[in-house]
Amino acid sequence: MSAAADLAWTARRKPQTALARLFDSKPFLIFICLAPALGLLLVFLTYPLGLGIYLSFTDAQLGRPGHWVGLDNFEYLLTDRVFINTVWNTIFYTATATVAKFALGLWLALLLNQNMPFKSLIRAIILLPWITPTVLSAIAFWWIYDPQFSIISYVLHDRLHLISSNIDFLGTPWHARWSLIVANTWRGIPFVAISLLAGLQTISPSLYEAAMLDGASAWQRFRRVTVPLLMPILAVVLTFSVLFTFADFQLVYAITRGGPINSTHLMATLAFQRAIPGAALGEGAAIAVAMIPFLLVATLISYFAIGNRKWQQGGDDV
Amino acid sequence: MADVSIRNVEKAFGTTKILHGVSVDVKDGEFVILVGPSGCGKSTLLRMIAGLENVSSGEIAIGGRVVNNVPPKERDIAMVFQNYALYPHMTVRENMAFSLTLAKAPKTVLDQKVGRAADILGLIPLLDRYPRQLSGGQRQRVAMGRAIVRDPQVFLFDEPLSNLDAKLRVQMRGEIKDLHQRLKTTTVYVTHDQIEAMTMADKIVVMQGGHVEQIGAPLDLYDRPANLFVAGFIGSPAMNFLKGHIAGGAFQTGDITLPLPSTRGAPEGTRIVYGIRPEHWRLDDAGIGATVRLVEPTGSETQVVAEFAGHRVVCAFRERVTQRPGETLHMTPDRDSVHLFDDATGRRLS
Repeated sequence: MSAAADLAWTARRKPQTALARLFDSKPFLIFICLAPALGLLLVFLTYPLGLGIYLSFTDAQLGRPGHWVGLDNFEYLLTDRVFINTVWNTIFYTATATVAKFALGLWLALLLNQNMPFKSLIRAIILLPWITPTVLSAIAFWWIYDPQFSIISYVLHDRLHLISSNIDFLGTPWHARWSLIVANTWRGIPFVAISLLAGLQTISPSLYEAAMLDGASAWQRFRRVTVPLLMPILAVVLTFSVLFTFADFQLVYAITRGGPINSTHLMATLAFQRAIPGAALGEGAAIAVAMIPFLLVATLISYFAIGNRKWQQGGDDV
Repeated sequence: MADVSIRNVEKAFGTTKILHGVSVDVKDGEFVILVGPSGCGKSTLLRMIAGLENVSSGEIAIGGRVVNNVPPKERDIAMVFQNYALYPHMTVRENMAFSLTLAKAPKTVLDQKVGRAADILGLIPLLDRYPRQLSGGQRQRVAMGRAIVRDPQVFLFDEPLSNLDAKLRVQMRGEIKDLHQRLKTTTVYVTHDQIEAMTMADKIVVMQGGHVEQIGAPLDLYDRPANLFVAGFIGSPAMNFLKGHIAGGAFQTGDITLPLPSTRGAPEGTRIVYGIRPEHWRLDDAGIGATVRLVEPTGSETQVVAEFAGHRVVCAFRERVTQRPGETLHMTPDRDSVHLFDDATGRRLS
């Protein structure tokens, strides 16, 4: 074909069909692309949340629709010793486990940020506790905490003879609380460590070199360069960690079911306990809804207190 | 202020040798530029002076004191990094004052020193901004301010201008040179840009593959390059190299004969490389005929790419050139500006 014929061919290109024009229209594309995600969110997130909030204002029971009772459920909970204790226990559990996770996670991240042989392999191993299904690791901890067959008791009692009898990890309230906190910390460290490691790797090595030349000691470099530059990511990770820990369910339910004598119940396990085995759907929903203000406050604190930094604003990367 | 003495320094990362016995003397107050292509070891050498890399063997002395095992902060040096390395969470003032803050200097001293450096660099209106809010040139200046506040014995610059655009680079070049003339602090500066080296340095160290190729004043390197590498590296556009041999008291390549400099220093028949800078060709009707391939007028001069006897050469003429590509141009080299190199070793002959 000659060049002139080619040109003539381009000039006679077919007009677009109506469907092709429709798919070129931006509003239509936005709608069609958002629809699946919005649909999923509405059906599986907004609806259950809305239903939960609605149920918390009714006296619904399993198999009985229930009637609107206003704030009755919440008023009752305020007088319920078990609920009050559970709230305190949840706060204690969250605070202690979060502090432990962050202290150990940051330490681990700093270690992993060093140059060492088999770096990627070690990083992969670190993630193991996090990718193990929670219930599986809960069962493992259940064995570790078993009154008779606990490996810790075995080592301390039968091998090292340091204690005179087996430890009753899950039989007394405080032992059980600490045991759960340890298990939760073990599971949570990898998330914190890997996220903070990612943050550490964004800090340019030349900043440390500049600080070294400016006369900063290792501690000063950590305090005045690493910590402030890690703050933004620390805030995000902290928020997530607090949310996950506060709303924890699996670990506690699999290891202690809230016992002994309701001492290790978290709000999530208590809500389930009352709503499903206890059949009091409305009351259970009220407990779950009572978590919302705590979670909101935790999010807002970490967002405003340490999230947004003035030096991050304006301009491109330094 | 102090002199810096680098004596037979070697550096190896594992089995890879980066520096093969480098010796450089930097006099008190001198502005020395290490220049060379990427990977020649110049930045490594600078980082060794700073103490950020260990010395594998040899000695580095600052102000007469061997510093091989002295930690960076006790070497009394300040370094300006290629990416500036400004602390993003500190204001310009805090960045500049950081070393003094760490040393717990009293506030009056701190304010005075930062104020003086900011004044020298025109940073006073920017003192309360964060690095992100500054332009590239301003960040560069803050990085220099941080070095000035330290009042060190030696300034080290690691390719400080390579992240700037061309115009700003020329301006900052002038500012750094001016700064050095005012402060008279010993300076070691690394760059891969030979124009920066030529325009700023008191002394240039040309490096390649971990070796020092030549040390000298900028114009000495331009006028008397010690070998083919330096000859090709210094000067822009680069020197033309023609391979051939000496015959009948002249240079012979193909069927073309070119005049030799009066001090030729090589016997008849030697195989040599004939080096001639673009600006040392003259238009001359009695000269050799060359076919014009490309004409690039810049106004002040005309650059011409021409071909003869299978060689492609770049010429720069003061005159305007009327020939068009494909036409013939007659020209001749300025014989006393010709450089002769041994074809086998690449060393300078004349």
